[in-house]
Order: sequence, then C-alpha cells, then structure tokens
Amino acid sequence: MAGTTLVTTAPSPAPTPRGRPRGTRERPSGWYLAPALAFFGFFAVLPMGLVVYLSFTDWNGFGFPQPSGAANWERLVADGEARDALLLTLLFMVVTWAVQTPIALLIGVWAAGRQRNRAVLSSLFFLPLLLSTAAIALLWASVLDPNFGVTQALPFLDRFNFLGDTDIVIYTVVWVVSWQYVPFHTLLYQGAARQIPHSLYEAATIDGAGRYRQFFTITLPLLKYTVITSSVLMIVGSFTTFDTILILTGGGPGTTTRIAPLYMYITGFSGFEFGYASAIAVLLLVLGAGLSLFVTRVTGFRAMQSQQEGL
Amino acid sequence: MTSRRLTRGAASAGALLLAASLVACGSSGPAGAGGGGGGDAAQVWALQDTVLNPIEESSISRFNETSEAGDAELATFGNDPYKQRLRVALSSPEAPDVFFNWGGGNLKEYVDAGAVEDLTPLLEEDPELRDSFIPSVLEAAQLDGKYYGIPMRGVQPVALFYNRAVLDAAEVEVPQTWEQLLAAVDALKAEGVTPIALAGSQSWTELMWIEYLLDRVGGPEVFQAIRDGEPGAWEHPAVLQSLQLVTDLVDRGAFGDDFASVGYDVGGASTILAQGDAGFHLMGSWEYVNQLGQSPEFVEAGDLGWAPFPAVEGGAGDPANVVGNPTNFYSVVADSDHRDVAIEYVTTALNDEQYVEDLVAAGDVPAVAGVRDQLEQAENADYTTWIYDLVEGAPNFQLSWDQDLPADQATEMLTELQRLFLGEQTPEGFVAAMSAA
Repeated sequence: MAGTTLVTTAPSPAPTPRGRPRGTRERPSGWYLAPALAFFGFFAVLPMGLVVYLSFTDWNGFGFPQPSGAANWERLVADGEARDALLLTLLFMVVTWAVQTPIALLIGVWAAGRQRNRAVLSSLFFLPLLLSTAAIALLWASVLDPNFGVTQALPFLDRFNFLGDTDIVIYTVVWVVSWQYVPFHTLLYQGAARQIPHSLYEAATIDGAGRYRQFFTITLPLLKYTVITSSVLMIVGSFTTFDTILILTGGGPGTTTRIAPLYMYITGFSGFEFGYASAIAVLLLVLGAGLSLFVTRVTGFRAMQSQQEGL
Repeated sequence: MTSRRLTRGAASAGALLLAASLVACGSSGPAGAGGGGGGDAAQVWALQDTVLNPIEESSISRFNETSEAGDAELATFGNDPYKQRLRVALSSPEAPDVFFNWGGGNLKEYVDAGAVEDLTPLLEEDPELRDSFIPSVLEAAQLDGKYYGIPMRGVQPVALFYNRAVLDAAEVEVPQTWEQLLAAVDALKAEGVTPIALAGSQSWTELMWIEYLLDRVGGPEVFQAIRDGEPGAWEHPAVLQSLQLVTDLVDRGAFGDDFASVGYDVGGASTILAQGDAGFHLMGSWEYVNQLGQSPEFVEAGDLGWAPFPAVEGGAGDPANVVGNPTNFYSVVADSDHRDVAIEYVTTALNDEQYVEDLVAAGDVPAVAGVRDQLEQAENADYTTWIYDLVEGAPNFQLSWDQDLPADQATEMLTELQRLFLGEQTPEGFVAAMSAA
C-alpha cells in the first residue's frame, strides 16, 4: 500500500475502499469473514445440525438420545395436532399481515409530515415498541380479563370474553401482537415516505390531484418496496411468534391458540419429547426459510436498489 | 421482528449447545459417576419459595454445625427451569446430591434412569425414622416397594373451599354427596352467582375435578393401572363415567361462562370466591394461605369454609381418600460424590424438631406423624388440624396426575382435559386420545 492512497482514504472505514484509487478491483481478504463465519457456524449451523440429528432420535432428557430412525417423522406426518397447529399459524400469519399493513401504512404516511404535533404523537405512538413482550402480554391479559378487566367497565365490550372464547381468542392474540408491532412497521413507512421528493406532490397539486389521488398514485407506488420489506418481516415474524402467546394464553383455551412454535415448545419442554420436538423444529425451519425465500423471489425484493428512477 | 427471531435462534442454539456439552461432559466424566457439583459441599436443589427457602437455609446451617460427614449447600430454581435443568443435570457431572421432587411418576422417570438412591435399607434399619412420617404421604415416593424420597415439607391435599355467606344466601348446605353438590349448583345459579369458581386457563385446576371423581367412582386402583401403563387402562368404565360427570357439570353451567380465561396464579379464581361471586372453589390446601394473604377480611370474617370432596353415590372409592400433592420430597442422587452427607441430611434433618416447628409457624402442615398437638397451639389451628386429620385419615392419597404420569402423557392429558371442559372434546374422544397416547 502506497502512502498516498492511505491519505486519500483515511476518513472512510478500513477495508473496502482500499484498492479503488488505483483503479484495481482488489477484494478484502477472505479472513475478514472468519469471525462472522465462526459465530454463524457455532450458533446457527451447528445447532441446526444437532436439531436435525435429534429429530431422528428418541430423547427424554436423560442420558443419551437413542436413535429411532424415521419414527418422529412418521409420527409428524400422521399428527393431526401438528397439522392443526400449522393451519392455525397460517391463519394467524395472514390475519396479522392483513391487520397490520394498512394501519402501519396509513399512520406511517401520516407521521411522515413534519408538523410538530405529529412528532409528539408519533413518539407517543411508538411507546409499545419500547415495552418488553412479557409486559405487553401481561398488560393485555389484565385489561381483557372477563372478571376484573378494563373491558368489563366499557359498554358493548363487556359482553366479550376475549381470552376465554374459543372463537375469538386467536383474534385477540392478533390484536395484541399488532398493537406491539404496528409501531415498528409504522417507523419503516414513515422513513420511506419521507424519502419521497416533495416536488412530486407539488407537481401533482398543480395538476389538480387531491390528497387521495396523491396517495394512490404517488405515495403507495413509491412505497412498494417498503411494503414488501415490512411484509417479509411480518410474515417471518408471525411464523415464529411465541413469547406473546405463551404468556397471554399459553396456547389455550384448549388448543385454540397453540400455533406451531408453541406446539414445539410444549412437546419439548412440557412433554420432554425432545426428539419429536426437534422434528417439528426442523419442519418449521424449512417452512420458514422457504417462505421468506418465496416472498423475496416473487416480489422481486432483491432488485430493490432503485426506487426512484430518473430522479 | 427479524432481530427478535435471531436472538431467539441464538438463545435456543445456546440452550442446545449447553445440553449437548452437558451430555458430552457426562461421557468424559468419571465412569459411572453422577454426583458432585464440583465444590466441597453437598448440593441440595430445591424450588424458589419465599416462605420455605429461609426455613431450608436455617435447616442446612444447623445441619452443617453438627454434621461430621461434611457440609451441605442449598441452590434454588424457578419451577419450570428446575424441571428442565434437573433432567439434563442428572446425567452429567453437574448433578446435585439431594434434589427436590414431587414423588410418583415424576420421580419414577429419574429412578428408571438409575439416577436415584434407594433409601429402603435406611428406613428399614431405622423404623423410628420411617414412622415419623404419615404413611400415606411417605408412600407417594415409594416405587415398586422401594422408598426413594423423604418428605421435606407440608401436605397439600385438595379440598372443596366455599364462601359461607354465599351458601347461606342461597340456603345451600355444604354438600356431602355428588347429588347434593348438583342441587347446590342449581340453587346458586338461580341466585345469579357462579356456582363454582374455576381457574380454567390453567388445566391443572380442571384436573382436580377429574382426579377426585375417578377416585370416588372407581377407587384408586383405576388410576394406578393407568399410571403403571397397563394396556387399556384408560378404557376402564369408571374413567368414562367420571368424565361424563364432569361434562354434565360443565353443561349445567356450574363453572359459569368465563372460566376459560380465569387464571389461578394471578388470583382470579380466589378473588371470585372471596368477593362472593362464586359459591365453591376446588383447590389445593395452599388456597387458605392465599386467601389469608389476598383477602384477609374474608377469612377473618369466618366466611371461608372448607370441606372434603363429596362422595359419589354407588362409587367404589372410599370418600375418605384424598388427591393432591402428598408433599414434596428430597431424594438422594445415586453415585453422589457426597453420598454420606446427602444421606445424613435427608435422614436427620427433615423430621428435626426445629425444622418441623418452623414449617408449622409458616402455616404449613408437615407430613410428620404426631404433629397435631403442635398444630393446635399454632395460628389457624382450625384449618391446619382439619387438613392434618384429613390426610392422616385418608386410606389413599393420590398424587396429582400431572406429576404422577410420565411427562409426555401428562402434557397430552392436560390438553385433552382442557378441550373437554371447553366442550371441544367428548368423554369418548378423551378416552380414545389417551389410549392412543
């Protein structure tokens, strides 16, 4: 490395720009990857391999896992409870997406304005994001309690048993999860909406477009990739939602909110059937990875570099 | 959400690695050794409990002062982490020397894994020690005729608690038979109160009903067969009959409409009873201490009543039988590095006068024979002597099924039971599901 190059690149962080001034396309050494790879291998790949191995064993936590061939997988194929749990997960995923997306989009776009009251209201609105999941679940469990909850003091709402009625409890869970995560997605939309150049709206106003027209022809199309980002996060997130439901309903009443990750947890850590729970975990891993690949491929998420061509 | 997912992934990966490394250590450790926490003192593992832990601490420090074999040391854990940790630790060099357990099938899994010391010879050599505990309680840690645990705290039978004021208002007597209970349910319903408080968001509260009913209808042998894993044991007619009695009770509206979202840990069901919104509440003996803590004015006014579970007409079971938690036990880990200390502790410290006195003072009813006089002198004697007599007079004390069955079956059963109470499962479907499990 010549001294001159060092001077020109001094302000930027080390490796990448190193070779550029000389016009070569020198790449950073592969060794820079080593720490990340080691972490990834130790904390992600190795456990995944272990889970796959455990899924072919019978282990109740004592002694050593006993190889059991494909028994766990045969059981999983025939397990009606697992199928119900997966269908419930799917329902939960679709409904949380459908509930959160429009709300987050509208609030995000609204909050992208720069008036002072919006800043105050937005920060208030982001509060749920700062609370821990356990606190949120416990909070809503007390608010919705059919005997002592706040809802019992309200007209109309007092006739519902939000956490005990098997027909509505899953939607209660959707509501609580949405309450928790809408602020996060709002933040995404707010940031994206602020990136939209003002000149577009000025031009539209001159052309006589009203607010609704502006929203549908300018804002929404330009937020396309944010919608995709947010949707991927929501879908993957609701596929793995676990803590809120565990504390809020424990998967009950009965099995009405026992979504797949919870079913895995109960099988593993209440029933101590670690082999079978591992099979469920592997299935979830494959489905989750497949799902996020599918979403990114189908939506062209990978080609998102340029949102504002020509501007 | 992605970051959440990653953290969770990392956490579970960590847990797995921990489990894997513990297993690996187990294989590289001293051959056949399971005991020893590395330190010099024998490790005593128990559950976190604000009332009990100081009593245990002082018991151990008294022991350490006098014992010649060596010192003991207490470590405490939360309920669910404890079960998970104990399981992994027992097959590793990190195993404790003495561990807390519930007896029954819960203990059986550890015994089957060869991890528990047989205490029978010690109890046979020392009949005085054996006779110092209530026999039906000591039996809960007896497996295949061998004793694997020594009672270390109070008895916890399940009793039918009631609100005297509510019953009086509806002109209902305390029921002694199932028919009388049904009549009481109808009368309370007519008064507009929930007849029976039930914390149905947690299925172990529902379990108490089916445990008592099966014991009353079929006698303890029916469940014994189920627990022993005899083929077709769930298909005994008494099981179906008692499940039907439960569904009848639910359909009659005995538990009201909201029970599925009532929790016990958050005080839901107890508050409903104390506030006069319900007549009865079937709960473990700890309910009294809870009520005393949460609604002292209710207990002090004399409105909290208690009774044995009603008899079922024509049933094969003795109405004097009780269900619940006979007590908790201390068991000694087989091949412990501190075997002498561990054994000396469990055989000398748990019927120790001071220890028993401390338990009584804390409102516990120790599983120690002849403690009745002491209870009479202590506070809340009405209640504690009643509990003592109930347990001492019980021909059989059935351990809660969720502790007595192997964990996988217990989990399945609790799920099916909750579905039964919700009306999403039929008694026949329950039997079929459990037979297949």
